[in-house]
Amino acid sequence: MKTSSLRKTLGLSAAALAMGCGAALADADDNLVVNGEIEMVTQTEAPEHVEYLSTIRSGWTYRSDETQQFQMDDFDNPAMIFVDEARASWNTAEGSEGKSCASCHGTPEESMKGLRAVMPKWNEEAGEVWTLEKYVNDCRENRMGADAWGWTSTPMRNMTALISVPSRGMPVNVAIDGPARETWERGKELYYTRTGQLELSCANCHEDNHDNFIRADHLSQGQINGFPTYRLKNARLNSIHGRFKGCVRDTRAETFSPGSDDFVALQLYVASRGNGLSVEAPAVRN
Amino acid sequence: MTRSAFLVAGAIAAAATAATAAEIKPGDVAYGEYGAVEQSLTGAPGDPERGREIMGTKSLGNCVSCHAVSDMSDIPFHGEVGPTLDGTGARWSEAELRGIVANAKMTFPESMMPSFYKTEGYIRPGDGFTGKAAEEPLPPLLTAQQIEDVVAYLKTLKEM
Ligand code: HEC
Ligand code: HEC
Repeated sequence: MKTSSLRKTLGLSAAALAMGCGAALADADDNLVVNGEIEMVTQTEAPEHVEYLSTIRSGWTYRSDETQQFQMDDFDNPAMIFVDEARASWNTAEGSEGKSCASCHGTPEESMKGLRAVMPKWNEEAGEVWTLEKYVNDCRENRMGADAWGWTSTPMRNMTALISVPSRGMPVNVAIDGPARETWERGKELYYTRTGQLELSCANCHEDNHDNFIRADHLSQGQINGFPTYRLKNARLNSIHGRFKGCVRDTRAETFSPGSDDFVALQLYVASRGNGLSVEAPAVRN
Repeated sequence: MTRSAFLVAGAIAAAATAATAAEIKPGDVAYGEYGAVEQSLTGAPGDPERGREIMGTKSLGNCVSCHAVSDMSDIPFHGEVGPTLDGTGARWSEAELRGIVANAKMTFPESMMPSFYKTEGYIRPGDGFTGKAAEEPLPPLLTAQQIEDVVAYLKTLKEM
């Protein structure tokens, strides 16, 4: 414990000396370059709408060297097995229309680049904020004539990871004004609400105490730029709403359901707190 | 106030059954202006050994998830969210410690520290860690005697 805060203090002052400003917290081994070519912004100045943080940091910067390592090369990233599974499903025709994703969208590299960076976003036709899951199921139900996938189901987690891959390295840039504003405000309210018998809000752990240990866990800022995320703990991809649910449950509260309007609103708000960080999905966490 | 005075009288009168008969319910705890609780919650003395165990046990107080305690170094992974509890028994009186453990928000408004002897007034209260809804009043996180045990242990932490 002592060492980590000491390291933080030393890291900060060294960076401040070297750069003449206090913005960067990273030390040399905190640079994330994937496959030797995709340079990730893992910490940067906080967007204006994030009132109580000056620097935003990817969850990757809080992880141990060994966990960080998994994400630096796709050959070592266990999430890529699931991305490959999704690629097979991308090319498989399903449903009454005999179509696959590929029938309309070509390859994910051609058609999906940049999408993950702006998710979730306002859908004009639907008149609400949509996440990747909603877009995927809209295609499945209305264009393929196939069954919708469960929000946190395996094919959905895998597919959202595949769709994220072409956006890796691009800055998260979700829109929070215009028609999305109301949803964003709702999400913000949820973020600061102290729920459950432990009366803890997201902000208590991820804003007030990031970089502190809570028992054996090194608290991050709870950013979602790396989602869906492969966790060494359960050896599979984990959805954003699945993670939210786990954190709310840990406050001894009644959780919201994955896919609920509340969690979509919270997702928009949390995503916006990461505006400026790179899309890392699928990231690796413990 | 009147009620606790009555309970003390009861405890003295029926010393043998005091532990249960005199127990102060979560809703009846009298907090002073700065959050201290003068009255023992049970009338029975706390057991510091048991208090230590409660503080280190995940399903009980789990205090070490947020606080470091040098005297509990046999238990791995102490948190950094709250201040270290070394010397806490010298800094605070028994009544102040009872108030902090029972409901820290009476001493430190808005504190992140959970209220261990409180049963209602929650937003989306859940049934333990199941994620399912629960009806208030919830069982308090610690029983009256467990609070007394923890306070007794904290009183032993005199050294910085
Ligand atoms: C009691 C403390 C606590 C609360 C309250 C809490 N979390 Fe977490 N959260 C954790 C811990 C511990 C982890 C795992 C380590 C880390 O990444 O911070 C975590 C991880 C996360 C992650 C994964 C970050 C990554 O990079 O992999 C996200 C996202 C997250 N939390 C969001 C939330 C949101 C949103 C809320 C409120 C609804 C919330 N958390 C409430 C403790 C908490
Ligand atoms: C989720 C975090 C958390 C947990 C769990 C927690 N505390 Fe605290 N505690 C705090 C914080 C934060 C403070 C600092 C007070 C404030 O909010 O300003 C504190 C303050 C204290 C203090 C005053 C310390 C001092 O010397 O100033 C005592 C004593 C204490 N806690 C005891 C306990 C005990 C005993 C338990 C378990 C039964 C416990 N805490 C569980 C977060 C926690």
